[in-house]
Amino acid sequence: MSSAEAQTDNPHLAHHFESVEQQEESCTLGMWLFLAQEVMFFGGLFMAYAVYRYMYFDAWYAGSHHLNVSIGGFNTVVLLVSSFTMAMGVYFCQIGNSKWLFRMLGLTLILGIAFVGLKWWLEYTPKFHDGLFPGSGWGPKGHYADLANFKDQGALQLFFIFYFIMTGMHAFHMVIGFVILLVLMWMTKQNKFGPQRYMPILFFGLYWHFVDIVWVFLFPMFYLVT
Amino acid sequence: MSQHHIVTPKTYVTILCCLFALMALTIGAAKFHIGPADQHVYNLLVALAIAGCKMSLILMFFMHVKYGSKLTAVFATGGFFWLVIFFTLLFADYMSRIWNSPITPNPYGG
Repeated sequence: MSSAEAQTDNPHLAHHFESVEQQEESCTLGMWLFLAQEVMFFGGLFMAYAVYRYMYFDAWYAGSHHLNVSIGGFNTVVLLVSSFTMAMGVYFCQIGNSKWLFRMLGLTLILGIAFVGLKWWLEYTPKFHDGLFPGSGWGPKGHYADLANFKDQGALQLFFIFYFIMTGMHAFHMVIGFVILLVLMWMTKQNKFGPQRYMPILFFGLYWHFVDIVWVFLFPMFYLVT
Repeated sequence: MSQHHIVTPKTYVTILCCLFALMALTIGAAKFHIGPADQHVYNLLVALAIAGCKMSLILMFFMHVKYGSKLTAVFATGGFFWLVIFFTLLFADYMSRIWNSPITPNPYGG
């Protein structure tokens, strides 16, 4: 089949590609290039974390033992399940079941919002309230009062700077995901996706799984310092 | 029409169960001190190894790297490979700073 024929045959094939296979390969590589950039972005944060953890291990240990492993663990489950529902969304899109694709995207959105909601209300808010936000308002009190006795308050603040920036940046990525999920759900209702056109769903899935991978590393590095 | 591999729900469910098991393992491993009493790095290595396994499962199956082209696999691992170089050079510097330091035996104060 020549490229001219291919174009008239398939409305999903853009004119600058020879074939659907070439189009899919190019798009996939582009998406992975974006993700490689994301790996480097979070990688810089992880390296800085590693250096300061090496320098101030006592502060990391003390800070980590004041994070809630139960909520962190529960949130890990929530995020892993949301990755599963997203993967199932790709499956339903590939077999042409728009109804279940929509449901899976919706479920992914709900689980994602649950993750960020739990994080905000049960983790960030008590820390803001009890003086664990680094900066001029720093001063552990209330539930975290015993941290006020820690000898090196500067190093302890450093731990919480990393905690808020890295988990916050992760949560920010999820919020961007919510917006894209809403757009994809709207497009699914318009019957824009199917076995011939599932790449947008697949690529958003790649992004969502990447954000899941970041959390897979954040969880032991912040909540489980032994 | 499409050449892309369709991963079955059964595979996805299996991977999800493996991820749950590994998560339980990482929480369990953090309850024990591994290695010499004054060393913390072994616990970290175990945690990173488990996280690495989880990452591989997500990459291979959820993110379809196992079913994609080799070029995709190169792109997928490129970023992580760069991190290994970054980490090696960075820690070659930081970990050797306390060697042969006549002024301050341990500049990090412990």
